[in-house]
Amino acid sequence: MIDDWILRVEQLSKHFGPTCPDCRRLTGPDTGRSQCPRCGTVWACVEANLQLNAGEVLGIVGESGSGKSTLLQMIYLALRPDSGHIWYRDNGGPPRDLTTLDRYEARLFRNTKLGIVYQRPELGLNMRFSVGGNVAEKLLLAEWRHFGRIRARTAELMVKTELPPERIDDEPPTFSGGMLQRVQIAKALASRPSLLLLDEITSGLDVSVQARVLDLLRRIQWEDRITMLLVSHDLGVVRQLARRTIVMKNGHIVEAGLTDQILEDPQHPYTQLLVSSAL
Amino acid sequence: MSETSDQLYNFALLDEDAKREIRRKLLKAVAIPGHLVPFASRDLPIARGWGTGGLQITLSIITPDDTLKVIDQGDDESVNAVNLRRLITRTTGVATTTDTAAATIIQTRHRIPEEPMRADQILVLQVPMADPLRWVEPNLERATIMHSEADYGKMWVYMYESVVRAGDLRIASQYPVIVNRRYLMDTTPIPRWDVPKLHMADTLYLFGAGREKRIYAVPPYTVVEPLQFEDYPFRTEYRPGQRCARCGADNTFLTEHFVSDSNGGRWETTCSDAAYCAKRVAQMEATA
Repeated sequence: MIDDWILRVEQLSKHFGPTCPDCRRLTGPDTGRSQCPRCGTVWACVEANLQLNAGEVLGIVGESGSGKSTLLQMIYLALRPDSGHIWYRDNGGPPRDLTTLDRYEARLFRNTKLGIVYQRPELGLNMRFSVGGNVAEKLLLAEWRHFGRIRARTAELMVKTELPPERIDDEPPTFSGGMLQRVQIAKALASRPSLLLLDEITSGLDVSVQARVLDLLRRIQWEDRITMLLVSHDLGVVRQLARRTIVMKNGHIVEAGLTDQILEDPQHPYTQLLVSSAL
Repeated sequence: MSETSDQLYNFALLDEDAKREIRRKLLKAVAIPGHLVPFASRDLPIARGWGTGGLQITLSIITPDDTLKVIDQGDDESVNAVNLRRLITRTTGVATTTDTAAATIIQTRHRIPEEPMRADQILVLQVPMADPLRWVEPNLERATIMHSEADYGKMWVYMYESVVRAGDLRIASQYPVIVNRRYLMDTTPIPRWDVPKLHMADTLYLFGAGREKRIYAVPPYTVVEPLQFEDYPFRTEYRPGQRCARCGADNTFLTEHFVSDSNGGRWETTCSDAAYCAKRVAQMEATA
């Protein structure tokens, strides 16, 4: 196999609380808890390891509170891990440990290399700015200073994400839920990121709108060969987009492998439960 | 206690500890141009919002040898200017002037004098809202983090939206600038006309926001760049052909006012800087 990884996560951990000597023993998939009953510490993500190859889509599934979003937020550099490393590599170049970046460097990295789409559009968009302004923010952060060129690129992104470009100056609250997700995708793609992070992007959308958003992502992934990390509790969504999948429970990765393999022949009891309840 | 015109007060009203604290904060503000420095804004016998920030700076730096000028919207005789001048002179006994060239300290609201200022002069500006990020980020803590990381993307979107809504960069006052290629700064409600005067100036500019408890500064010869797009550059207000009805100047910031007459009245434009206008009229009359 060609070693073309773009992101490698090693032993990444994050907890919220004071910790006690019994914390680790009293939490985890075997106990069915993320929160220590003795000191109240929440072990959101424990020694997570994963590798993301260039151009692939990796799914992360698990129930609410399993640590998927915490892991995603650490990779987005919005949450500082307690321990572990996040290695990033551009086009086979030397790896950089993103956990060593200071806040300023992290922001620059986020603006140029990463894109994110949230479940709730109000987290990713400013509802007081126009749709064009929201998409333009990424370009302005990347030092674009020509208004005409910013408008042209924004309109191009709107067409790419199947949004009517004539509505470039409309405000987000006048758009439907599915359209807002496409605005978020347009914004995330604006700076041509190396890695696109998708956090429960189809939750709350009706089935036909969900299908359109997933088709759009599949097309973008195919056309741009963009690497994606997809967090979802919906196995159907993950099956449609991700070639490989990891399963999380109580802050731990309990199973990882090809998506089809995990869905057809789940090994961990929790994955078996997840698959059987989805079918 | 220092010699003052009214011995009921310490020289310049404020106690020496308060003045010392403000002077320390001013030094920090000068060392980090455009950076908002918190200070312990004191209660004064004027209301917050009437220039207490600028007043505290003036009272902290003024000496008995100084000559003071106070202007409001370019005018030495407005209520705000008259009251502030009276308070400062009553507690310091310093000489006052309306002539920009004769003043050593000028306290101002909404204008920078038309006459070029020198290196031995200080301009103190009264600031109503210190942080330009307030327009795009109401949370003070997040705004502080944004300043620390030079994260001004949202402010640039604000400029983008200005072009979208108005067809040009039509921000009338408080035009945002980047100081020393680092900090985003509010220029206070001065018109766009005055913004270029901040760039590479000979004078020290001190800004005080009493209500918001912030001080900031633009030291002499500092790069001050207005936010602008390559295809929508920053422009000052200038309408070709317009002149002052009194002195005939066409290179000053003009204000419009209605003049009543027997024909029902008319709109007239005159220099906003009243003292400069009067000086020009006097010079013209002397040479005539």
